[in-house]
Amino acid sequence: MKLTGKVHKYGANVDTDAIIPARYLNVSDPDELARHSMEGIDAQFVKRVAPGDFIVAETNFGCGSSREHAPVAIKASGISCVVARSFARIFFRNAINIGLPILECEEAVEVTQSGDILEIELETGEIKNITRGRTFHAKPYPEFMLELIAAGGLVEHTRKRLKARGVVR
Amino acid sequence: MTLSEKILAAHAGKTKVTPGELVNVRVDLVLSNDITAPIAIKEFKRIGIKRVFDPRKVVMVPDHFTPNKDIPSAEQAKLVREFALEQGLVYFEVGRMGIEHVLLPEQGLVLPGDVVIGADSHTCTYGAVGAFATGMGSTDIASAMASGEIWMKVPPTIRFVYHGKLSRWTGGKDLILHTIGAIGVDGALYSAMEFTGEAVAMLSMDGRFTMANMAIEAGAKAGILGVDDKTIEYVRPRAKRPYEVYEADKDAEYARVVEYDVSRLEPQVAFPHMPSNTKPISEVGEIEIDQVVIGSCTNGRLEDLQITAQILKGRQVHPRVRCIVIPGSQRVYLEALREGLIETFVNSGAAVSTPTCGPCLGGYMGVLAAGERCVSTTNRNFVGRMGSPDSEIYLTNPAVAAASAVLGKIASPEEVAD
Repeated sequence: MKLTGKVHKYGANVDTDAIIPARYLNVSDPDELARHSMEGIDAQFVKRVAPGDFIVAETNFGCGSSREHAPVAIKASGISCVVARSFARIFFRNAINIGLPILECEEAVEVTQSGDILEIELETGEIKNITRGRTFHAKPYPEFMLELIAAGGLVEHTRKRLKARGVVR
Repeated sequence: MTLSEKILAAHAGKTKVTPGELVNVRVDLVLSNDITAPIAIKEFKRIGIKRVFDPRKVVMVPDHFTPNKDIPSAEQAKLVREFALEQGLVYFEVGRMGIEHVLLPEQGLVLPGDVVIGADSHTCTYGAVGAFATGMGSTDIASAMASGEIWMKVPPTIRFVYHGKLSRWTGGKDLILHTIGAIGVDGALYSAMEFTGEAVAMLSMDGRFTMANMAIEAGAKAGILGVDDKTIEYVRPRAKRPYEVYEADKDAEYARVVEYDVSRLEPQVAFPHMPSNTKPISEVGEIEIDQVVIGSCTNGRLEDLQITAQILKGRQVHPRVRCIVIPGSQRVYLEALREGLIETFVNSGAAVSTPTCGPCLGGYMGVLAAGERCVSTTNRNFVGRMGSPDSEIYLTNPAVAAASAVLGKIASPEEVAD
């Protein structure tokens, strides 16, 4: 699947309170959460973001709380993929589990600026910066992660495992 | 193998595991709260299973927005309560609850050698009793509630050795803030932090919980301490099931070993807007404040309140300052009451609340307005964490927080106490 969109770039250590402030965690509806996506760091984000757009960020994206509401809010706001130098570990797991594509790629982050147009091929991890005429390759996922994604997420994967044991029909 | 590797190997049914290896581990306890449980319950139902794998090993604690702060929070709390009662889970209602990471060790629900996962990033607190404990999201928790297992990547261990004896007004909070200041908020990303050395051995259990609690603030997967006499003394009267004590091998391999001489360590202050932005108290300068919060899963235990009372006794909170003290559990509250600490707080002009995470995450019970500054014994000072994106949070230990409440500016306990 080829994704195309415009870049919203942020710095290092974008924390989960920046992605979705806790005062909005009294609900878990994705569309409701999306209205406040990135509000703690960029109040204009929800006005600028268009379906298919990308977030590109420096190191340790999604640090802080374990709230799954963070990748949910980003995904529901229309972002199709997050590219960062590195991700905080709970955010990484959550994003995979809820089906928000994320890629680690130092070189792409180095070159890419806000407003650039990217084309991303999720299967191969190829990131094309159309604006700057450069192509990059993201760090491949570990095999187990690919298995999880192929199964359709952790819920499906768990159901399959429990089915195999006869615990779930 | 390191302590963490030994616990993970035992729970994966293996004789040996190595960092980077993906393992499926058996979990001893699965935790969630009023914010994260609603999503976990929804995902659990999607798996298509009727009952949790073992109701005695699934815990739900309503603590973030409880006692319910508004109607949507009340709806979330209701959903959690109904699921917990229907499934017969370990559940603590308002009036009997506490902040989850104060409550669970106190109730003997987390024990040495356990693997604990929780849909709350500060689940790493339980490393203080020698458990391997880590935070995850709601969907991971749902999967573990169904299967009793979870996949994990075995983390490399970084060993932190703290040499020397701490001075009077410094404690676990200062050790961990100093460490995060030195290595950064991603300095231990994906790793287990193992805390050892003379200064750690001398810490009370309360001080050790504070240290392990903030391992996540360095990006770590877990913060863990070896089990010693103090741990056993704490755990033995509380445990209602058997537990196993693991020790790191003499030839365990560490990703790195970091050593600090902390004999001259001063109380630390983390400036806005990162826990790594630390300065010793002597370098803070004149910073006037509007609010002080003493409590949370980081510093809401009895020792924290005893230290606070030592500073506040016979003194008054500065007229410009709101000082909010929150005991971390009903038991902590009752002990504080018996020791006369609560009376001291009220006499000094502080507000005392029932246990809640409330102000730490800008939920309620002390939300900040634009331009306000707060000294807080909590764990995060991100932009807007406690309210307005234009407010500021300074993280400290309880002694500095109490002294600051009295003087109306960030202050050393030395400036106040006898």
